[in-house]
Amino acid sequence: MSESVSHEALIARLSAELRPVRRLLAPWKRSFFWLLAVLMVGLPFAYGANWAALASRLGAAPDMWLSQLGAMLTALFAAFAALQTSIPGRSWRWTLLPLPACLLWVGASTAGCLRPWPIPYTIAEPHMHAMACLKFILLMSLPLASLLTWLLLRACPLRPGLTAMLGGLASAAAAASLLTLVHPFDATAGDLAMHLLAVLCVVGLSRLGALALRR
Amino acid sequence: MQAAQTGDPAAYQAVLRACVPLAGAVARRTGVPADSVDDVVQEVLITMHRALRSYDPARPFMPWLRAIATRRAIDVLRSQGRRGAREIHDQEAYENHAEPGPDLLEQALRHGDAGRLREAITTLPPRQRQAVELIGLQEHTLEQASRVTGSTKVALKVNFFRALKSLRARLGSDADV
Repeated sequence: MSESVSHEALIARLSAELRPVRRLLAPWKRSFFWLLAVLMVGLPFAYGANWAALASRLGAAPDMWLSQLGAMLTALFAAFAALQTSIPGRSWRWTLLPLPACLLWVGASTAGCLRPWPIPYTIAEPHMHAMACLKFILLMSLPLASLLTWLLLRACPLRPGLTAMLGGLASAAAAASLLTLVHPFDATAGDLAMHLLAVLCVVGLSRLGALALRR
Repeated sequence: MQAAQTGDPAAYQAVLRACVPLAGAVARRTGVPADSVDDVVQEVLITMHRALRSYDPARPFMPWLRAIATRRAIDVLRSQGRRGAREIHDQEAYENHAEPGPDLLEQALRHGDAGRLREAITTLPPRQRQAVELIGLQEHTLEQASRVTGSTKVALKVNFFRALKSLRARLGSDADV
């Protein structure tokens, strides 16, 4: 059997399986949909949050609001980059999009640990509570990452590992942003280390989840 | 492609046919050996089918196709590299192994899976498909198949066993291939 005949057989089979498809929405629209889901998940925490205390905490030192801004921008840009890289033909350079925001997040958080004065009306995070932060980020990331994975699977990620890691970063950053609503503690090295561990866990688990995207 | 996305099979066939030489050229440029280029082409066609909804008609088609073809070429090269590192070729063991009988495939046919089996065979890489058709279905001996294809008996056996493994995985254990 010649190769052109075998290609013909495959083409005939694929044509027979053809059904009309609905084109994917633009990545920014799908990012918006995911961010909407993040807001929905965060609603109960926003309802229970002490907004006056939160505002005074974030306004007390630049590192506090800068790290929060970095986390939110990381979530936004990483989700957008993941959705971009899930489409064949889009540049791998989209991967770099969340990098500045991620550096801002980590940099401002580290600066908070080195700040010599404490934030008024806060305490250093008790050791026991650090585990609760870890659990919060892991558990909150789960539904967010699942939704993002579903959105990514609707495209065709050709580099599933990279796309999944970006998705994991977006989910972990979004979960860390939501954590701020219920996190009345000053920045400490232990706190930062636990948050970093949680983010790395989610990114690593997402990399494993890339097996689901490999098809 | 726009017509293909709306479900027009004629347009879809025309696009896929036009992509065969393009995908082959990308595979060759990526460094895929000549005897594996057809494997890459088939992987590209299957990926295009899965990724159909991701194509945006407002954008040029070639970057979309090139990305798929380059990725699948790299996948085939990686898979060959992994297989090469994992498998040990023992010429003598292959020569001494009992000749694979066609009854393995006949079992599947007896279970009423002929349609599924034939469909699964068409998706095999070209050399594996050729081995199954000659040895399994047309009941050629290895000698005869070797003369027909110009491949060595060892290569035919390797391709035949790989094909059986793929078919077994595709049809599920119930087919008992």
